[in-house]
Amino acid sequence: MAAPASGLDFAEIDLAETPLRELNAALHALADGSPKHWRILNPRGAHAIAVGVDAPVDIEIDGHAGYYCAGMNKQATVRVHGNAGVGVAENIMSGSVVVEGNASQSAGASGHGGLLSIRGSASARCGISMKGVDIVVRGSVGHMSAFMAQKGRLVVCGDAGDALGDSIYEARLYVRGSVASLGADCIEKEMRDEHMAELADLLERAEVTEVEAGDFRRYGSARRLYNFDIDNAGAY
Amino acid sequence: MATATSGWRPGLRESALYDRNVIHAIQRAAAEGIYDIRGFGAKRRVPHFDDLLFLGASISRYPLEGYRERCDTDVVLGDRHARKPLHLKIPITIAGMSFGALSGPAKEALGRGASAVGTSTTTGDGGMTPEERGHSDVLVYQLLPSRYGMNPDDLRKADAIEIVVGQGAKPGGGGMLLGQKISDRVAEMRDLPKGIDQRSACRHPDWTGPDDMEIKIQELREITDWEKPVFVKVAASRPYYDVALAVKAGADVVVLDGMQGGTAATQEVFIEHAGIPTLAAIRPAVDALVELGMHRKVQLIVSGGIRSGADVAKALALGADAVSIGVAALIAMGDNSPEHEEGYTEIGASAGFYDDWHEGRDPAGISTQIDELAARFDPELGGRRLANYLRTMVLETQTLARACGKSHVHNLEPEDLVALTAEAAAMARVPLAGTSWIPGLNE
Repeated sequence: MAAPASGLDFAEIDLAETPLRELNAALHALADGSPKHWRILNPRGAHAIAVGVDAPVDIEIDGHAGYYCAGMNKQATVRVHGNAGVGVAENIMSGSVVVEGNASQSAGASGHGGLLSIRGSASARCGISMKGVDIVVRGSVGHMSAFMAQKGRLVVCGDAGDALGDSIYEARLYVRGSVASLGADCIEKEMRDEHMAELADLLERAEVTEVEAGDFRRYGSARRLYNFDIDNAGAY
Repeated sequence: MATATSGWRPGLRESALYDRNVIHAIQRAAAEGIYDIRGFGAKRRVPHFDDLLFLGASISRYPLEGYRERCDTDVVLGDRHARKPLHLKIPITIAGMSFGALSGPAKEALGRGASAVGTSTTTGDGGMTPEERGHSDVLVYQLLPSRYGMNPDDLRKADAIEIVVGQGAKPGGGGMLLGQKISDRVAEMRDLPKGIDQRSACRHPDWTGPDDMEIKIQELREITDWEKPVFVKVAASRPYYDVALAVKAGADVVVLDGMQGGTAATQEVFIEHAGIPTLAAIRPAVDALVELGMHRKVQLIVSGGIRSGADVAKALALGADAVSIGVAALIAMGDNSPEHEEGYTEIGASAGFYDDWHEGRDPAGISTQIDELAARFDPELGGRRLANYLRTMVLETQTLARACGKSHVHNLEPEDLVALTAEAAAMARVPLAGTSWIPGLNE
């Protein structure tokens, strides 16, 4: 299956020749002696590339990826040298996923842990239902981002679209540019020292060096909708 | 709250339009200012399997000998794409019910009872618990819009994956678990603050339509190396189209949940006023499968008001491959049992009427997260009762199937049935008893 360029510590898979199913099966069967570095050629927007990986390996995807790239990732570092389709790194548990280009909708949806770094912009619903993942977007995010976000941090170096953080729980949102509008129960909050520190750390981990933590505003839950109150009925 | 509905005597005429329940509902809404939330399923009367009868054998039909001649009950689920389809001994499965809605011991009992008779249980909106996995020989893992507790390790531990698009009690609605039941453990599993009213999403976070769902199914298969059957659960609303779209998206099994399907917590207005009856949903669903050449290839599991072997046999005769039970399983395990009457009285209910499962004060220890109440429930006894009930239903199903001359319960067919009402005849597309009239199909 592996192309001739593969060596003991390196494997190169050409998706123009190798079925996706074989690639993912190989990535699920990684053992101690398996290659630590994988390069995937000709992804051509294929869906479900490198999903369900659970090993400390580096995976480089040499082009654009389709839906659900690196879905449910654990431990691995997956780097997309292109754009990523809907649901990149959905339900990520740990490890990191880097998108060099732009990401489509629902990036990092329901992610439980790890880091998703998007070097371009992300479309609508970035960080929807996030449960502990950290997401750093160098550009902007679309509407309904961080919808029902439960845990984790979303950092947006550009602007955020409408209804940011609608029905948010305990996730923390940092936006450097403008916010078109805040969703139900999402409010701006004070930037304290601990927030500056965690934001600086997130920017460093995502290798974003051109912006300062002090330029961001913080948003989170007003916690007014946590338990039903008839006087808040209009917000439901 | 005091109501003016007791103390009837001649001359006091109750309104059919404003009966005592309607009057109470208006008074309650006026006092509380919020819709009523409850558990259980639809309580209103709708056309159901009770409106059908089996004809049995006669001079022109040859019966099988009860208890002696074989009448098989096994069912294979998910052999369309999965490398490891499920092979169940009986065509009755346990529906998805969450840890959170139910106590840990109750989930354990479901696993014990189902495993004793060779069938499957299903997780729910809250993730998979070790107790549940440990006591269930065959466990179906639900992927819900909330994604609470969803992780690839449990996905791989599952025997099948069920994508939940809808639930019969609330087609178009999301999960609900009120603060009283968000204990420390439930909160941790769902990544939520303790004690909040959890209202989970009604749409999946990472797809919107059927074409996206097809890609989602592909991802789940890739993550699990095409090993596990993928079920798609839909509420009965537009079964013909939903089943066709689920099949097109690649489902191995379609679960169709009628409006009588149970819930742990839903608005009463939703439970009683959305979705179509189970009886009305089966034939359109089977039509879709037949037209696609997929009947018996993509299996159909029907749920929503299955209470007896008669209901099982009728669902199978109309074209289902299996059925699923939820409310009935809880009742078998002790829910609404007279043995807890004192406890029900204390919370303003009575055995046979209790439906406030969302409050978490269940005297039977089933729908609660309070340790003291959960400890009242014996999972071994509950499992035994569930197994007894399942075995009884299977015997009842076989009794009817043999009487119709069937050596496998899947050989039951619409021709074995007649209807008692014009409505049921139209929905089930079987003749009104004593006539050849099928409303909508012939004169």
